Amino acid sequence: MAAIGQTTRPGGGRRLRTSARIYTVVGLFALVASFPFLWAVVTMFKTDPDLYNVNNNPFLYNRPPTLAHIKLLFQQTPYLTFVRNTVVIGILVVLITLALSIPAAYALARLTGRWGGRLGVGIFLVYLIPPTLLFIPLSRMVASMRLQDTIWALVIVYPTFTIPLSTWLLNGFFKSIPRDVEEQAQVDGYSRFQAFVRTVLPLALPGIFTVVVFAFTLTMHEFIYALAFVASSDHMTISVGVPTNLVRGDVFFWQSLMASAVIVAVPVALIYNFFLDRFVQGFTMGAVKG
Amino acid sequence: MTTAAPEAATRPHERNRRYLFEREGVLGPLLLLPSVAYLLALVGFPLVMAILYAFTDITTGNPALHFVGIDTFKAALADPVTRTSLRNTVVFTLISQVLVVVLSVVLAFALRANFRGKWIARFLILLPWTTPIALGTIAWLWMLDSIFSPIDWVLSHTGITSPGSHMFWLGRAHLAMGSVIAVQAWRMLPLATVILLAGLTSIPQDVREAAEIDGAGFWRRMFGIDIPLLLPISAVALLFGLVFSFTDMTVVFVLTRGGPQNATQVLASWAFFRGIEGGSLGEGAAVAVFMFPVLAGLAALILRMVSRAEVS
Amino acid sequence: MAVVETRGVRKVFVGDTPAVDSVDIATEEGEYLVLLGPSGSGKTTLLRMIAGLERPSEGEVLIGGRVVNDLPPRARRIAMVFQSYALYPHKTVAQNISFPLAAGGMPKERRPERIRWASSLLGIDHLLERKPRQLSGGERQRVALARALVRDPQVFLLDEPLSNLDAKLRTSAREDLKEFQRRVGVTTIYVTHDQVEAMGLGDRIAVLDKGRLQQLGTPREIYHEPANTFVATFLGSPPMNLLEHDGALVGFRPEHFLPEGLVSEREGRVPFEYQVDRVEYLGSDRMLYGTIPAIAEGVKVIARLPFTVTTPVAEGSPARFAVAESSLRFFGKDSGDRIAPQPLRGVSA
Repeated sequence: MAAIGQTTRPGGGRRLRTSARIYTVVGLFALVASFPFLWAVVTMFKTDPDLYNVNNNPFLYNRPPTLAHIKLLFQQTPYLTFVRNTVVIGILVVLITLALSIPAAYALARLTGRWGGRLGVGIFLVYLIPPTLLFIPLSRMVASMRLQDTIWALVIVYPTFTIPLSTWLLNGFFKSIPRDVEEQAQVDGYSRFQAFVRTVLPLALPGIFTVVVFAFTLTMHEFIYALAFVASSDHMTISVGVPTNLVRGDVFFWQSLMASAVIVAVPVALIYNFFLDRFVQGFTMGAVKG
Repeated sequence: MTTAAPEAATRPHERNRRYLFEREGVLGPLLLLPSVAYLLALVGFPLVMAILYAFTDITTGNPALHFVGIDTFKAALADPVTRTSLRNTVVFTLISQVLVVVLSVVLAFALRANFRGKWIARFLILLPWTTPIALGTIAWLWMLDSIFSPIDWVLSHTGITSPGSHMFWLGRAHLAMGSVIAVQAWRMLPLATVILLAGLTSIPQDVREAAEIDGAGFWRRMFGIDIPLLLPISAVALLFGLVFSFTDMTVVFVLTRGGPQNATQVLASWAFFRGIEGGSLGEGAAVAVFMFPVLAGLAALILRMVSRAEVS
Repeated sequence: MAVVETRGVRKVFVGDTPAVDSVDIATEEGEYLVLLGPSGSGKTTLLRMIAGLERPSEGEVLIGGRVVNDLPPRARRIAMVFQSYALYPHKTVAQNISFPLAAGGMPKERRPERIRWASSLLGIDHLLERKPRQLSGGERQRVALARALVRDPQVFLLDEPLSNLDAKLRTSAREDLKEFQRRVGVTTIYVTHDQVEAMGLGDRIAVLDKGRLQQLGTPREIYHEPANTFVATFLGSPPMNLLEHDGALVGFRPEHFLPEGLVSEREGRVPFEYQVDRVEYLGSDRMLYGTIPAIAEGVKVIARLPFTVTTPVAEGSPARFAVAESSLRFFGKDSGDRIAPQPLRGVSA
């Protein structure tokens, strides 16, 4: 019949056209999305005379590339301080997050009934409360605790957004682990805690690792609180230090700026790509009931 | 459960205080307590204070809580910048998110298929989101520079604009707004796409195959099946995007600092400039409070969608 | 070896309908008690409350005379086998079996002996170094039993351990289980929805439905003297025929519904005009489907004739059948509870 005849013919032709269509669309998006970075990669090696010449092609090296600006970034700016601060804050925040959200997620996944579901959603919704609404009272609270302009201000405030997200993710991961091995361990003689450590944790490690990655990157991305609570460059993170501190007066050290962005962006992007599927999986599992 | 009398009970009753912490009813709340207490203290309490501050004349110089009724509000409202910010915020949010919705649908459908180089494509497409916002925006700062913008260069060298002309992307009011909106859409597109893709892949294969057998062509299938089934998840994604864009100030701060002459000032950035940089905490809070009604409305919508999803 | 008792045990999860509604059960020492019921009947919840994995909303659980409501599972000296066997996937069989011993703090030197004892009792000595994924279903079950045994529990709890096995394997596994329990002599509580399993394994059966205990008795009692229509129709395959007559329900099992001539007058023969619609030849039996128009129009009545009954029966034609009076059971129309026999009026054709 007509339908059969139709499908047999365009097998090769239609697929080729579709491929070309998809490649074009995806290619366009990829270009627009990554263009600033690709271009930043080019720029960071450009010499000053090359870059600050309106007539030069901005995409090519009209003069040979140089590593001078990268050296400048590391040696003559507080960049490494920013990196160090970011890492320290990240590690501390991750530890605090794990310490609070693992028990909370376990409780939500195993120990609560109907009210647990609502509480879980409630905790997650805290994530929606915007920092720009909270930063004014928080800045006063931070000041009254004498933590103003220290990294500790960020360490105690950042978990306000990592904990809701982590609890939601971990809740999903814990729920997906079947109860019977855990209960068997309890019957066999272990306390709840011991059974948890021996049977649930090993299976939840991938989920916990995912949470660590995302909590760390959330910390690294954060801008608003860092801008509001920290003023001196000794205590700044990359996210806020680079835009505010590497711009000296009206002179922008562009090549170093671009380098600072690229150095951070690429590794993080690579890691994100590995973990993205897991993240989405955990996210949607958090939404599945029971 | 009756507690037996301390001594001679007719049936022996194990007094087990040492197992108290293992009981579900006790252990659950105990494990949740640290997180809930922390969030109440560092989110709940500031949230209340944020609203309260707007009714005081508190400043960083004079931190006493002195209630002044709605005087601070009146001052904020009287300030033309506040009204400009409000209008800008709405424009900024709506346009950027509409762009995101439309583009993410296109991109999600394109990414559904498996093709060679998909990993690289995904990596590049995700870059705007995986980079710290402030850093990604910095790259745009140069791209939109008034003198050295490569975009200007391409435009003038391809003849679209006269040679050597500059667009002043960040210097002219409407262009600045457009730039800020474009960068916001640029950085939120990856996340929306990922969410939509997840929704797309969860559409059961047999529904689509049945439609194909029934004779539905590519476009009919897309609009008749895929898009309707995607609606719930894209609605949630849109709501989240609206909430974040309405209350965010990073792009504005890094690109234009709210300029030129407050043309791109949004509520969040204005609250920052008045409240934190300027020190008038009360005024800053009042400005921020203007975000609250819209925020509460959006949050209620999200809650309703989530609970509806729970039921199904 | 101990007695398990539940007194007024009730469990409510969400909403108002209780999963278990006031169940009173007491086992005897060394008995094999089966909790039988359809899914949702509360049998697994009841078992979990006995184990300590769920806490009763009301009522008490007693093991060996002590109220154990407040004790966690590990303090109750019980052993439990889950439907999935819950073997620790990353441990060998030997490590699985020794797991409870380690938890209980037994010194390392004494463990191998216990492991050997338990594994030889179940015939799995040769599997000790394998991992669970290398075992068949039947072997996994035996490992689970060995692990349960090794702690010297006072009660065994089993939650549908045979439902993961192939049908063929189930019969031999059933045999092994019964044999095993007899040798070890530990009080065992066994949950299943399969009434054949229940009848084959249980010293006594507790039939549960909708969270309530319907009847507790030996297989014989439950089968021949059901306490209500639920028990009557749940046990027996095909189920008991129930017909409404004279404001009550009359019941008789398909195997008691025979051609008239085969039911002697002395047993009090009650004749019925049986309209046969369909005959199924099943080899060892013939299954007849039809109706008894004189009593209940359109209500399906099933007869099961063993191959020894050679009376010819034709589809579509009426036949004269009968039931011995002693095989009739009567139930209240609304309550479904068993009532005293009533005379049947106006029935014989």
